[in-house]
Amino acid sequence: MGEPLLSIDDLHVKFSRSEDEVYAVNGVSFTIDANEALGIVGESGSGKSVTLMSAIGLLRENGKITSGTANFQGQNLLKLRPKQLEDIRGRDIGVVFQDPMTSLNPIMRIGDQIMEAMLTHHYAGRKEAFERTLQLLHEMGIPDPKSRFKSYPHEFSGGMRQRIMIAIALACEPQLLIADEPTTALDVTVQMQILALLQDLRRKRGMSVVMVTHDFGLATNFCDNIIVMYGGQIMEKATTDQFIREAAHPYSLGLKRSIIEVGHKGKEILPIPKTAKTLTAALTGCPFADRCNYTTDRCRQEVPQLRAFGTNHELACHHAEEVACYVR
Amino acid sequence: MSDNPLLRVENISKTFRVQGKKLHAIENVSFTLEAGKTLGLVGESGSGKSTLGRLVLRLLESDKGKIFFDGADLSKMSKEKLRALRRDMQIIFQDPKASLSPRMTVGDAIEDAMAIHKIGTKASRRARMTELLERVGLPSEIQYAYPHELSGGQLQRVGIARALSLNPKLIICDEPVSALDVSIQVQVIQLLRDLQQEFNLTYIFISHNLAVVEYLSDEIAVLYLGEVVEQAPADELFKTPTHPYTQVLLDSILKIPETPEMKQQMVSIQGEVPSPLNPPSGCTFHPRCPYADDHCRSVKPVQSLVADGHVAACHRVKEPQDLLLLNAK
Repeated sequence: MGEPLLSIDDLHVKFSRSEDEVYAVNGVSFTIDANEALGIVGESGSGKSVTLMSAIGLLRENGKITSGTANFQGQNLLKLRPKQLEDIRGRDIGVVFQDPMTSLNPIMRIGDQIMEAMLTHHYAGRKEAFERTLQLLHEMGIPDPKSRFKSYPHEFSGGMRQRIMIAIALACEPQLLIADEPTTALDVTVQMQILALLQDLRRKRGMSVVMVTHDFGLATNFCDNIIVMYGGQIMEKATTDQFIREAAHPYSLGLKRSIIEVGHKGKEILPIPKTAKTLTAALTGCPFADRCNYTTDRCRQEVPQLRAFGTNHELACHHAEEVACYVR
Repeated sequence: MSDNPLLRVENISKTFRVQGKKLHAIENVSFTLEAGKTLGLVGESGSGKSTLGRLVLRLLESDKGKIFFDGADLSKMSKEKLRALRRDMQIIFQDPKASLSPRMTVGDAIEDAMAIHKIGTKASRRARMTELLERVGLPSEIQYAYPHELSGGQLQRVGIARALSLNPKLIICDEPVSALDVSIQVQVIQLLRDLQQEFNLTYIFISHNLAVVEYLSDEIAVLYLGEVVEQAPADELFKTPTHPYTQVLLDSILKIPETPEMKQQMVSIQGEVPSPLNPPSGCTFHPRCPYADDHCRSVKPVQSLVADGHVAACHRVKEPQDLLLLNAK
């Protein structure tokens, strides 16, 4: 396998608020290899976005990385100066967000924005960048690239804007694409178009993708590996096939059970009780303990660590063996 | 279909003027809805599903067509009479925060809804408010909280409690769970379902999430560019989707595979939803339809009967062999 492309190790992130601190990421470690599609799944507040945004220097101002490393091609990204990170971001690591309008410049023609990505990173000269922009627009399925080059973001639909943002992210042929809920705001048919496009690009270029999403359906169909996060921790980590066959963390199981899918009419769905709490102190037990059916005193007193659970499968639960027996 | 539905909508249309052009937001939509049942409206952005919900309540005035609610012709009703009738017809939105005053505690907001409609006394309204909060699964202390102090799921429960405070017959649910986390979505959906059974509520449930619509609805109408392209009982629609657009919608849903072998391919439909300002000729779906022929490009299909209670606006449904082929897919 060789060296992983990106390796995040024991990452801790806190946010300061007026009266307290939020423990957003509490010791997260994972790697992503070349040509891998990794899905990081969790609900809001699980720390899934914060983990990745911290690694690439896009943490909100009140956020602070308190420990950990993020090695990308032999460099610890967390130790780089902002300027150095900027060089890597957009050149070696492309980023796509949920809302394209937050990262597109509303008063700049979209063609210029794609070209700019290549010019600032000295990826190509003007002429070459122009040609490549047209080609990218074409690859993204934007009809009539020559005339659309001159259009402004507001002249496009949401799905088209998302394609333009992907074009910018891919302009310098990054090895890694970080996609943070890239299709959440889109209609299902448009989501399918964007995913087909991303899958095609992966195949053609061997690019790795980290897909941050709340959607298990998307992650399990699109990704090779799955990480489930809750309370700023990794709860379960497995190849997608293993995850489909034998997910065993009570939170993963609860989420899978609580999703309403087509064909569920008339079926009783068991929601996970209560809601996730914002962590304002260091964990002293399992973050899922107060919503879990299997909680014991140990869960409240001892933070479960991520441990091997069969091949290509890890989870953080004191009682996974019993849960697995009970479920299967 | 009974002869006396709670809601009957007949050929309503709505046109907006945008940039000097006509935008057909809703075109010739008809349906009936019996008390205690749920009609699901599905479609993508711009399909007109929210507009349709607002037309039914006359929050927007339709250009054409009739709406009968509980036997009364809404389309002819005066503003005052309509206001009184609004008690019976409530709406809950995707973003409940937008419909709650930031300066009013949620308890006051619920009482206020009753006060506006002159229901009960101050004391009885207060009692009802506490009872409703409990019924929607909120702790009673929450009545003293302001909207910004609540989570999305809690706010949606407040929105539901406020709608219920007026003892409505019909509730229009416009994407009520779309902004919520998965585990919270189910909680709210089950609450809506339980309340429906308990109070014999009638719902129009608007969502782009087909799974959620299927779960709650008795009948489903699929909208595309302001028109109903297919309508059927929920189970029938999912068993035998007949309009090519419905099929595309169903194929675009990513389900968690039961086995690794069942993983879905990412196969996408061509093109985008056309601008409603400049809809395509003939069948509005023809530029994206894999089966489109010259006939589809020039002649607009009317709704044809697929099976009892199941209609689709597609030229292909005329021939039974085609239908069998489509269903075999």
